[in-house]
Amino acid sequence: MDFPTAVFFFLAAILIYASLRVITSRNPVYAALHLMLAFFTTGGIWALLQAEFLAIAIILVYVGAVMVLFLFVVMMLDINMDRIREGFWSYLPLGAVLGLLMVMEMGLVLGAKYFQVPVSEAVVPAGVSNTKEIGSLLVTEYVYTFELAAIILLVGMIAAVVLTHRGKKTSKIANPNQQVFVKAKDRMRVVQMPVEKD
Amino acid sequence: MLTLSLSHFLILGAILFAISVVGIFLNRKNLLVLLMAIELMLLAVNMNFVAFSHFLGDLSGQVFVFFILAVAAAESAIGLAILIVLFRNLKSIHVDDLGGLKG
Repeated sequence: MDFPTAVFFFLAAILIYASLRVITSRNPVYAALHLMLAFFTTGGIWALLQAEFLAIAIILVYVGAVMVLFLFVVMMLDINMDRIREGFWSYLPLGAVLGLLMVMEMGLVLGAKYFQVPVSEAVVPAGVSNTKEIGSLLVTEYVYTFELAAIILLVGMIAAVVLTHRGKKTSKIANPNQQVFVKAKDRMRVVQMPVEKD
Repeated sequence: MLTLSLSHFLILGAILFAISVVGIFLNRKNLLVLLMAIELMLLAVNMNFVAFSHFLGDLSGQVFVFFILAVAAAESAIGLAILIVLFRNLKSIHVDDLGGLKG
């Protein structure tokens, strides 16, 4: 077993462990933290595949931004875990059978002798940067898609802001409905209290 | 002599995808972990893209992963915003409480 293979199996073991912990942990905070570990490990595997730009990008985008957002939300929401966990294991047999079936099917197809793709003969020459290559592809062949991705991100940002915006409450407005239905006891309160001497 | 082949990476992606499907089965009451399982699914698919891109010597796969990352970031931002609005209105994110559209 050569060195890259050993690294691959090491990272794959961590990745599978982390993703199993994501789906089974009691506390959503632990789930989010293990998902962070899973993304980080994936960055390592992608670096093994000579996709350096994406390896850095997934750590910056996911571990740095998306997962921090997840952690914020998990800690903001006050979740009744006991109620959410009830019936947790009842669907496990069906889910496990389905998952094993999927892995077996895909393993039989993907592990077959005829499915192999020989390693690309194109050796990356020295001095060629993966980031530079992706960058030049992005602004030539995929330039319209690139702009579309920018628009999607902008719309996502606007949607998130609009959804959670509560509006300013600084202006004083009169509500005619409340004014019509107001009663005397809403405006004046008669307080009973003992007489004070001196 | 065991060397890395395309199958290793594709089977790892398949295992990840299956784990996240099982996660959706287990956590069907918990919207937060459901969103996390969906992120794991996207990760499994991205793994296949990068593996094919490496073994076929074609960079388009990596460009695709770049776009998937952008869309996934927007998706999780909107999903979490919806979750927060939901929690503000219902004081719960239990899936059983979300029957409001049933009438």
